[in-house]
Amino acid sequence: MRSVRAFWRWLTSMRTALVLLLVLAIAAVPGSIFPQRAVSREAVEKYIDEHPDLAPLLDRLWAFDVYASPWFSAVYLLLFISLVGCLVPRLRQHLANLVKPPPDAPARLERLPHSTTREVGQGPTEAAQTIRLALRRSQWRTALRSHADGTVTVAAEKGYLKETGNLLFHFALLSLLVGLAWGAWYGWHGNRLVVAGEEFCNTLQQYDEYSLGARTSGDRLPPFCVTLHDFQAEFLDTGQPARYVADVSYVEDLGEAPRSWTLQVNHPLRLSGANVYLIGHGYAPVLRYTDQYGQVFTTTVPFLPVDGMLTSEGVAKFPYANVPPGQTSTDPPAQLGLTGVYQPTANPEPGVPASIFPAERDPVLTLTAWQGDLGLGSGAPQSVYALDQRQIALGRLTQVGTETLRPGESWTLPDGSTVEFLGTRPWITVSVRHDPGQGLMLFGAGAVLVGLMVSLSGKRRRVWARIRPADDGGSLITLGGLARTEYPGFADEFARVVAQVGGASPPEREPAGVSNAGVRERGASARPGVDEAKD
Amino acid sequence: MAELSDTLLLVAAVIYVAAMLGYLVEFAFGTRGAVARVAMRPARELVAVGAPAGGGAFGVDIVSPVQPDRPERGGEATPGPGRTGVAGAIGVALTAVGLAVHVAVLVTRGMAAGRVPWGNMYEFVVTLTAVFALGWLVLLATRPSLRPLGVFVTGAQALLLGFAGLVLTTPAAPLMPALQSVWLKIHVSAAAAASGLLLLAFVPAALYLIRTGYDARSGPAADESAGDEAPAPTAVRFPYSLGRALPAADSLERLAFRLHAFAFPIWTLAIICGAIWAESAWGRYWGWDPKETWSFISWVAYAAYLHARATPSVKRTTATWFAVAAWLTMLINLYVINFVAVGLHSYAGLD
Repeated sequence: MRSVRAFWRWLTSMRTALVLLLVLAIAAVPGSIFPQRAVSREAVEKYIDEHPDLAPLLDRLWAFDVYASPWFSAVYLLLFISLVGCLVPRLRQHLANLVKPPPDAPARLERLPHSTTREVGQGPTEAAQTIRLALRRSQWRTALRSHADGTVTVAAEKGYLKETGNLLFHFALLSLLVGLAWGAWYGWHGNRLVVAGEEFCNTLQQYDEYSLGARTSGDRLPPFCVTLHDFQAEFLDTGQPARYVADVSYVEDLGEAPRSWTLQVNHPLRLSGANVYLIGHGYAPVLRYTDQYGQVFTTTVPFLPVDGMLTSEGVAKFPYANVPPGQTSTDPPAQLGLTGVYQPTANPEPGVPASIFPAERDPVLTLTAWQGDLGLGSGAPQSVYALDQRQIALGRLTQVGTETLRPGESWTLPDGSTVEFLGTRPWITVSVRHDPGQGLMLFGAGAVLVGLMVSLSGKRRRVWARIRPADDGGSLITLGGLARTEYPGFADEFARVVAQVGGASPPEREPAGVSNAGVRERGASARPGVDEAKD
Repeated sequence: MAELSDTLLLVAAVIYVAAMLGYLVEFAFGTRGAVARVAMRPARELVAVGAPAGGGAFGVDIVSPVQPDRPERGGEATPGPGRTGVAGAIGVALTAVGLAVHVAVLVTRGMAAGRVPWGNMYEFVVTLTAVFALGWLVLLATRPSLRPLGVFVTGAQALLLGFAGLVLTTPAAPLMPALQSVWLKIHVSAAAAASGLLLLAFVPAALYLIRTGYDARSGPAADESAGDEAPAPTAVRFPYSLGRALPAADSLERLAFRLHAFAFPIWTLAIICGAIWAESAWGRYWGWDPKETWSFISWVAYAAYLHARATPSVKRTTATWFAVAAWLTMLINLYVINFVAVGLHSYAGLD
């Protein structure tokens, strides 16, 4: 039991919190060194391929999933537990302070960083009331106490907002954690590629890749369908993209008339229950293949860009081609696969298949034909963007020729079949996302900022006055001030308080005619005395 | 217009170098002058009864003397007359001229590109340094005794601008689609302002560490030498020897804290705006992209500094090391991450 308590005390101490903050900062670093699955799966696969020895060990240490790793979670959860353990008592203390009057004056006011003495003509009680009133007028919280020895003290405090801001900031940080968790549990997202003219609806089957929150099931996704009508990209002469515009239409309820929307990078389509974001784009060559039996296959194949000038690569597969009419297959198969490199603006230098401009100024498609068994029947999953290299290695798929085509051109293969390059259609990739924690995150972030500014600009300070009866019926006032936080302006503020008290500094042991200097008297004359009294 | 902007950048950098020379003359040879006398005056630590440690002991602020009525600006606290004082004043004047040219760089750049000049790393660094110089001049206007810091400010300035002009420079061009958003104006300007101010805060933080190192090495005798008797410069080695002409440790430390406290919310705002923007551009408000990761690291590091400073049991020098480390993370985010992300997308060079 004692060890539990000791652990709790250790966890909620400021030093521990500091160490945890440092550890959190350091723990976040590996995520920027190693590729992360959450950012790019492909980059992780590539890294694992390139570092076959190191990668398994790194993977076991969650190096590719740093921000979802148990050790990273442990750090921030410990930090937040420490935060709660620290905040709750502070909140209680602060609420108590808001109710309680400011504490009474310390015994020796003259030892405070700011102090001075004044003589006024009023008696202690009246003088105290006057001081209290003046302080209240300047928004100080005050308490007046009469003591048995005839002295009266006025205690005043200001700057409670600082702690309020501080607590707001830290509780808002907690709300961010809640918002994050909420989004992770009840959010989902899917990515897919849409070729112009295509429609997709919001079901998991329609996504190339998706991820569901822990508390989300895929069968309750909001129903909507989105159609891509056209996509236009504009580029500067340097090839730098200048504008992407996707014309889409969408239906949220079946039977509803489609509404149109201009989807752009900073202009997502916000539907109830999900948002659609424009993420990427590219070209999809349209190919028509007429096999040796006269069957026609037309396919639109999205090619993936490999560089900034949109040199793109892809594969077209025709598994049902070259089957004689009336049969379902041949042995050996004579299926056709086409691998291609597409250049929207061909490089004038022959043999360099790298586009020199991302728009279609001189489009050229270089195709390589492969015939044989594509290996699709084996049941093993295959990429739609590559041919099965094993089939090539085994000699089941052989290269039959290479040709460069411009739109409208056709190419006759050795077996008499023809490949026709009809042109291209643009495609886009969209990310469809729902994050129900977002609203809370935004609200929490706003509160973090407000709390931070209030906390860092607030100044907690106290002023006390001890009023003793003087021999002549007036009062001798000792004033003391203390800024509890960094506040260089406090000297001035204290001087203003003293000026409001008025009176005069008592001459050394010489009660001269100062009693006529009433409390009401104000003036800058009181100011220089402040610092002299302090040293 | 774009060429004019590039030329002006060169001019601004040269003016800052000239300003640095002015400050340097005063810094190196003016140690017997008024600057040094003000700077050397020992801190009078007042023990506040009942005050929590870390609370203000206000008698110690030499940078802004306690007596508000004291004619600080024209009086003895102002770096004094004499040839070296003139050099320092020339340094200040040149900094102002440099800043004017610097602002002109941004204006002409914006006109050339037809947009706000915050579209790429080059423009970001030029904006950041303008905020840095502006902040410095504002600071100097309220606290003339900070002038010895000018060497370091203009030195850093010339270095950053020179690097920007030689390495980072890119032709003025319209924005990429991802940057075409109203958030560019808010997010990037906030990030540049915060970075410039955090750089400005880094200067007194680092110099505070030098000054405390100097104080510790030059021994207690240094505190007595309020007059003309400075300790032998050979007694303390570089970099702590620089501390001789610097303002008192305390005032540097407090200045560093106040600048950090001012800049940190702006940095927070920049991150929040970045997240809002990321949501509308990329579909998620936070994705642990390297840039995001490092701004998070910097945020946590500065938060650690502010907490360390508010903790009485943590020494001020320790807390200030946090601030210095935090600035290092800002530099990594700005220079290392940008180059790694642009040039080596495949994380090469790590095996």
